[in-house]
Amino acid sequence: MMSYPEKSILVLVDIDPDGSAAGSTAALIGAASTIGTPVALIVGGTQEATDAVTAAGAQAVLTAAGDQTVLTVPIVDALQAAYQRVQPDAVLVSNSISGRDVAGRLAVREKLAVLVDAVGVSRDDEGILAHHSVYGGSFLTDSAATFGAPVITVRQGAVDARADAADPAVEELTVTASGMPAATAGEIAAEEKTSSRPELRGAAKVVSGGRGLGSKEKFELVEQLADALGAAVGASRAAVDAGYIPYAHQVGQTGVSVSPQLYIALGISGAIQHRAGMQTAKTIVAINKDGEAPIFDVADFGIVGDVFTIVPQLIEAIEARKK
Amino acid sequence: MKIYVLVKEVPDTYGDRKLDLETGLADRAAGDVVLDEITERALEVALAYAAKNADTEVVALSMSPESSTASIRRALAIGAGSAVHIVDEQLRGADLSLTAQTLAAAIRRGEPDLVIAGNLSTDGSAGMIPAMLAEHLRWTQATALSAVEISAEGVTGTRAADAGTQQVTASLPAVISITEALPDARFPNFKGIMAAKKKPLEVLSLADLGVCADPADAPYAIMTTVAEKPPRAAGVKIVDDGDATSKLVEFLTQNRLV
Repeated sequence: MMSYPEKSILVLVDIDPDGSAAGSTAALIGAASTIGTPVALIVGGTQEATDAVTAAGAQAVLTAAGDQTVLTVPIVDALQAAYQRVQPDAVLVSNSISGRDVAGRLAVREKLAVLVDAVGVSRDDEGILAHHSVYGGSFLTDSAATFGAPVITVRQGAVDARADAADPAVEELTVTASGMPAATAGEIAAEEKTSSRPELRGAAKVVSGGRGLGSKEKFELVEQLADALGAAVGASRAAVDAGYIPYAHQVGQTGVSVSPQLYIALGISGAIQHRAGMQTAKTIVAINKDGEAPIFDVADFGIVGDVFTIVPQLIEAIEARKK
Repeated sequence: MKIYVLVKEVPDTYGDRKLDLETGLADRAAGDVVLDEITERALEVALAYAAKNADTEVVALSMSPESSTASIRRALAIGAGSAVHIVDEQLRGADLSLTAQTLAAAIRRGEPDLVIAGNLSTDGSAGMIPAMLAEHLRWTQATALSAVEISAEGVTGTRAADAGTQQVTASLPAVISITEALPDARFPNFKGIMAAKKKPLEVLSLADLGVCADPADAPYAIMTTVAEKPPRAAGVKIVDDGDATSKLVEFLTQNRLV
């Protein structure tokens, strides 16, 4: 039986419905590599998933079969078995819908502390710390477990660290089912991807539109600028509530939090609720007719003007530069 | 059927929210506090079921400081039949583990068939309590539901999963959480507000629940540092008189953003 190194960090990889490793994988393993030796657990993944965690730098890989027809519990059972097998210094899980549930249940089952929505992790003399950005990025905090290995959920798109590809041993994990009551889960119907646009979460550039666009038809202008820039499309809650674009695009306190290199806000007033989801962007550009709009308080470059005049010119200028 | 709805008082996201830089705890005096909107939606799911099924008891459950009685009364005014308020000085700054342990004890005591919560609070945004409760209680769990159908046997719903949506079915007893896709709560009317004053509001301590918050017994999450980020400074603001686009292109080019 193989043994696992001291300072092992157990990483639960999120698996997409097709069995591949989710987009969050490289950052999770990258984060783990900054505080110890990443050991990846793949539940219900294909060979492609194993290849992906190898490329991402996992120093050891555990695999378990999983059961996609049962919600959450089979993954918790596998993670518990992996935890007992590896005896890690910390468990890193993606702060995804599935990851949060699994992390919370493991923490209860193994009596571990949970540190949630970390934007980074580090290690000092006393152990492992999680770093958080709270209240929409207005406050920065560090947290730790009083003792024991913490279970840490890591915010998607927040960690830049990446590990070099590794040559890990792969072990098939023996999992004893807990027999916990569980919900049955149907097949996941993937959201239709209408374009090659990047995912909002983790995108390097985001173009968002608000109520100022005026209608669903006119909201296309936001999408056109996003495509010219290779950016993801976001929206304010007002635009989502008005039915211009589905909820999945909502940026704000409720909805998705983004920290892109460039955030362009079109026709968004910038209610504090919206700013909480985007004010950690590196550069913010705002275009709005109302010169008093609060979005200008956080914008690096603001234009008081008409989006329907400026944005078409901007798209033209960007397209011209590409030639 | 007996339904417990988890309700939570949070700092209003439409105002300034502060952490106390000494303690790291939410500064409840810094701004307005409100009943978290997502928990009102969770309450609405229970009330919609109760409206169609006469033999339904809806109880609002909250673990919060003594000062949050007004927010709990609001849940009663919206339509919950009674409320349970867990108040204990030992719960100040409680982490998720202690919170889940305490809420689970209150749920065991009340013996509901179903617990409904919001998927994510607007303050802590951990989104973990429903799953932790299911683990404590050994109940089924169905989180992040964007559509819910409750019956005497169980809950079916549409789950907004990470990679798309899926249908899920959970037998009772169950813990579920719902998303913002579900409707807003009904607005409390005058009659509801008056009635709320007479509805039972039970206050429980950790001792009442038999929960021991012993820091040696289980590890807790603690905040080791807290700092306020300097507010973002506004940059250039120009009024478009024809050349704003070219100035913007120049700005983006200089910053290597196009």
